[in-house]
Amino acid sequence: MSRHRLAAAHFAVAVAAFAVAACLGLLQALSIAGVELPKWGEAQFYLSMTAHGVLMALVFTTFFIMGLGYLFARETLGRLVGEKTAWTAFGLAIVGSVGAAWVVLAGKGTVLYTFYPPLQAHPAFYIGATLLVVGSWLWGGVLLASYRSWRRDNPGLPAPLPVHGMLATVIVWYLATAGLAVEVVGMLIPWSLGWVETIDPVVARTFFWWFGHPLVYFWLLPTYVLWYTVIPRVAGGRLFSEPLARMVFVLFVLFSTPVGFHHQFADPGIEAGWKLVHTFSTYAILFPSLVTAFTVIASLEVAGRLKGARGLFDWIGKLPWGDPFFASVALAMLTFTLGGLGGAINAAYAMNTMVHNTAWIQGHFHLTVGTTVGLTFMGATYWLLPRLTGRELRLPALARLQPYLWFAGMVLFSGANHVAGLMGMPRRIYDVTYLGAEQAARWVPLTRIAAAGAVLLFVSALCYVVVSVATWLSGRRSEAPAFEFARPLVPVAGRGLWDRLGLWTVAAVILIAIAYAYPLLHLLSQQRFGSPGVAPF
Amino acid sequence: MKVDLYEKVWMWVAAVLILAFFAAIAVAAGVHAVHPPSHMETIDPAAVLESEEFSRAGVEVAVDGRVVVTVVAEMFLFDPDEIRVPAGRPITFRLTSTDVIHGFEVVGTNANAMVIPGYVTEFTIRFAPGEYLITCHEYCGLLHHEMQGMLIAEEESS
Repeated sequence: MSRHRLAAAHFAVAVAAFAVAACLGLLQALSIAGVELPKWGEAQFYLSMTAHGVLMALVFTTFFIMGLGYLFARETLGRLVGEKTAWTAFGLAIVGSVGAAWVVLAGKGTVLYTFYPPLQAHPAFYIGATLLVVGSWLWGGVLLASYRSWRRDNPGLPAPLPVHGMLATVIVWYLATAGLAVEVVGMLIPWSLGWVETIDPVVARTFFWWFGHPLVYFWLLPTYVLWYTVIPRVAGGRLFSEPLARMVFVLFVLFSTPVGFHHQFADPGIEAGWKLVHTFSTYAILFPSLVTAFTVIASLEVAGRLKGARGLFDWIGKLPWGDPFFASVALAMLTFTLGGLGGAINAAYAMNTMVHNTAWIQGHFHLTVGTTVGLTFMGATYWLLPRLTGRELRLPALARLQPYLWFAGMVLFSGANHVAGLMGMPRRIYDVTYLGAEQAARWVPLTRIAAAGAVLLFVSALCYVVVSVATWLSGRRSEAPAFEFARPLVPVAGRGLWDRLGLWTVAAVILIAIAYAYPLLHLLSQQRFGSPGVAPF
Repeated sequence: MKVDLYEKVWMWVAAVLILAFFAAIAVAAGVHAVHPPSHMETIDPAAVLESEEFSRAGVEVAVDGRVVVTVVAEMFLFDPDEIRVPAGRPITFRLTSTDVIHGFEVVGTNANAMVIPGYVTEFTIRFAPGEYLITCHEYCGLLHHEMQGMLIAEEESS
């Protein structure tokens, strides 16, 4: 434990944020389905929706990923350079998260987790979010410093794969948050403090989505690190192809960021041709995920065959379906095939108009971040906790049930939202009845199916939190198992093209410049009229 | 870099799949001219209601037969909130906002756009005959879900 106190502290915050956000999620889904809740109205609904989004998508994920980064560095590099800085970063991220959450829960920042101006929150909301991000920047610095120190001692060796993946994550995060910093530090904070009168909402949205899409790869890459480097080991197999895994992470560094306009297809102020450019770069990112699907599944097949499977498919039955981490990842992968295809539809230049800002979108990202990433992290917790704390997993039956419950709940929740979205139901609305409009009446049964799914999801979340807390506090003490990573079928010999992350970062910056320079200059050269802040209530 | 044969085949399949997606999108955009609303025109949000065009928001039929619908979105209503247009003819929408970002979705159609203060959203679309609910689909504050309207596409008697 003492060795990994830092990582453990991050996981604890992540679980706490998840627990609060899961309760809010249930309330929202019930509310949309028309269930009367005590002391609940539109103000509480939108407040809850803001808090659910911020806590799940920003706090839970960021803390979990920071914890994973420290853990992988310590385990595979044998060092963490700048541990004091890391604790400072932790403190900053906590202060920022608590500050932002306090603003939201006090009702002074009901701007949803996309916080599009000119809706204006209390300045502490933006400053809190900034501190969380500054904390994560320091985290990235600690990982980079640890890697450089390791490289000096191990010249010519490629980074261990878990660290290679986390370094790619750090680079994607730096590239992404550069856009966020321009929006929040350059525009939102001065405007919310009253230092400048007005803000241009399209410019702000453009920088937001510069950040907002690579944000999903900030979530996804650590998920892939777990899939590539831990899951084959848990399943008893070997990593099928290590060089391709390295290539995949590099492709994400290249293509994660120059794609933001596929979130702004319906915006004025951006030319159609540039939206088309971003469409193509978005599709390019399908490639590394398709490669991942092959490599990870092939690694699992190796596991099944090592256990004696012979036929075409009986290796599937030999996999450890009763292991909660393995089951979580298997279901997360299955979900990602659907979520990924849905994503291709969202990014389709013309088709997007059918789904833009409808319930389809919330259905989509509850599959991708909510299940592919979220369920992988939850499953990983069952693997992490005994190794971190030296305590055996408590209530293992609940842990085994939990991923299946989550998957079942998500099939209902997300499925209903996808269908409702195709039928035109807008996303994030308090009341779907629209004064009895005929078209809206057809959405109502779907909101009930979604609510039933949310109940299952909530029970699953409860299982996860109970198992985690019970293990931490009262699990039986035993020898902590080692953190073991998957060995590749064929080890890589030395540093190769895919290990030259500095070079690839330069290429990524060039791609971002190509994707954004002209559209932004064109936008900024217009005669523009800013907007003063407006309180949402 | 040694790559397994099956994996090589799979990578080619993936590449071809992505190229097929590219081609489908390029054909829709290039041949059928399907584009998302991407108009570039700015307007002072404080002066929308005094502007020549938006102070008389509503449906107008130009001399050349073009139908133009101007709509002002503000917390928490659309002006006008009832829009009657001829079915089957190209209808050009021009929308803007006086306060925050709103959405404009004609449910069950491809009319789906953001309405952003400081900018004019413009797109052209045809409707099948019928009555359609209009919703604001971008969160705009406390009564966001009450922001709605109706579009009636009427068959023209010829």
